[in-house]
Amino acid sequence: MSTLIIEPNLPRPDDFYQTLTDLHRDLSDEQSMDVNARLILLLSNHIGDQAVLEQAMAIAREHIPAAE
Amino acid sequence: MFKTYTFPEFDYVRSADQDTAQPVKHPVVIVGAGPMGMTAAVDLAQQGVPVVILDDNNTVSVGSRAVCYAKRFLDISDRLGVGQRIVDKGVTWNIGKVFLEEDHIYSFNMLPEEHHRRPGFINLQQYYLEEYYVDRINSLDTADLRWKNKLVNVEQQGDSVLLSIETPEGPYQLEAQYVIACDGANSKVRAMCGLESKGQIFQDRFLIADVIMDPKKFPPERWFWFNPPFHSGQSTLLHRQADNVWRIDFDLGWDADPEEEKKPENIIPRVKAFLGDDVEFDLEWASVYTFTCRRMDEFRQGNIFFAGDAAHQVSPFGARGANSGIEDTDNLCWKLKMVLDGKAPVTLLDSYSPERTFAADENILNSTRSTDFITPKNHVSRVFRDAVLNLSRNYTFARPLVNSGRLSVPPFLTESALNTADTEMFNCKVVPGAPCTDGSIVYNAEDDFLLSNLGNQFNGLLFVESHTDLTADILQGLTELAVQDVPVKTFVVASHEMELNLPEGSEMVIDKYGVVKERLDAQRGTFYLTRPDQLVTARMRRFDKEQIVAAQNKALGK
Repeated sequence: MSTLIIEPNLPRPDDFYQTLTDLHRDLSDEQSMDVNARLILLLSNHIGDQAVLEQAMAIAREHIPAAE
Repeated sequence: MFKTYTFPEFDYVRSADQDTAQPVKHPVVIVGAGPMGMTAAVDLAQQGVPVVILDDNNTVSVGSRAVCYAKRFLDISDRLGVGQRIVDKGVTWNIGKVFLEEDHIYSFNMLPEEHHRRPGFINLQQYYLEEYYVDRINSLDTADLRWKNKLVNVEQQGDSVLLSIETPEGPYQLEAQYVIACDGANSKVRAMCGLESKGQIFQDRFLIADVIMDPKKFPPERWFWFNPPFHSGQSTLLHRQADNVWRIDFDLGWDADPEEEKKPENIIPRVKAFLGDDVEFDLEWASVYTFTCRRMDEFRQGNIFFAGDAAHQVSPFGARGANSGIEDTDNLCWKLKMVLDGKAPVTLLDSYSPERTFAADENILNSTRSTDFITPKNHVSRVFRDAVLNLSRNYTFARPLVNSGRLSVPPFLTESALNTADTEMFNCKVVPGAPCTDGSIVYNAEDDFLLSNLGNQFNGLLFVESHTDLTADILQGLTELAVQDVPVKTFVVASHEMELNLPEGSEMVIDKYGVVKERLDAQRGTFYLTRPDQLVTARMRRFDKEQIVAAQNKALGK
């Protein structure tokens, strides 16, 4: 089974981060949500591995207590 | 009044069972003469099991209701002798198109392969389907369809069931060895047994309007619109049925008032907005509905079996209602026949509920996912849904995520206790627990189809490429299989025309295009065993009579 990479893997982290935040500059919250949704869909398709995606999804909300 | 259809009225006929002091006992009584009750009746009666069907009404389904009948429904109806009439009257389609706003974004094909007798789907108003099944029942001496016979009580008594019935001429009682409850979503039998169907109610309302219009306007395809310009923010589905009747299905949202929406003065403007002012149409029938996805925990209580909507319900997106219901009766009837004939232990009947609840779960899952895509349940779901739709205009990767209904295909009963697990590698879609594939063949020097010749009994498929493949041992084995208490009739699937000396009970079919071999990943010597409902139950790379008998015993619940 493939494993989600959780060690540093971006060759130029600062460039990536700036590109990501620039992507949302001047967008309303609603537009940002739409852009993020499209980005998640594009990246998920690129990864193409349900197990890896599920690991990422679990980590993405592990800090939020489970609903009662 | 319908412009395109006249509803038959069937006569109540007094039965001799109403004049006896003691309730008369029947092997099988079916409650409800809807599509499922009637398929069960035909299936049993044509195999010689006498059946009584009780229905509290005296006509067919009012309103069109079920529309889409899938390939598997047609294959089963062929076995029941009704398939050709349904196909002749119905509208054949294979293509579904998805639109977003004004744009066509995606198409799918329900039958991308050739060499199947039946198409992916046909559309037909439910009343025609029921009428054809009534005719078929009336042609069978062993089926007794009793109109205006209303079931008012059921009581399990040891190994049989006592039914209390009201008729226009007063009450009477019947005893049944087995009861099949096909009395629909609000099943009274289920309520009388103190059982429930549990699941999820969807907070949404849909308007269905059947309209008559010129057939040149739309091709025979399934068209689905997300957020169409004529019905802003919602969805719309279009299907063509027989007699130039189109089914239009509008999502109205939860706040719509069903009584108001049902009025023609409110429906006609919606349809006009859709078709344009220049298209003439007549409104044939309309209804506003909500739906639930739910099922019973078990589809059996004692000697009572539940089938169709009585046992499980799905949303209409996916056409999984009637199409899964007929798979229930297809699954149950051969088992009842075997047990009633004393050829299988009564424990064979234990396999019905696990096999069909497994199938129901797959149908409910697919139907729920489609519904959640079509009408997103919260803001973020809608954001993702809209992102998928908008990306799918230009990016093919998003198109498989578009879900306007995953249309009915038979669930593969991979977990069934009746299956014999593969011990060798097979690389094809068909697996133990799946219906056998169809394919063009030559049989008795005529073009034919494989599925038209399978079923009602156990069948074998043995693949050969030369007469030398049939050794004396194999011929001896085929003979022995054919004369068992529960025979296996084997079709020797020849790769080309050849001279074969086959024993009684075996016949040759020619796999003219090689499609059967390919679809079953068969090689020289491969053997498939199918159940009386055409499901593959075991397969092996070399003919081994002992293994075949063991697999058949397993499939008989022994």
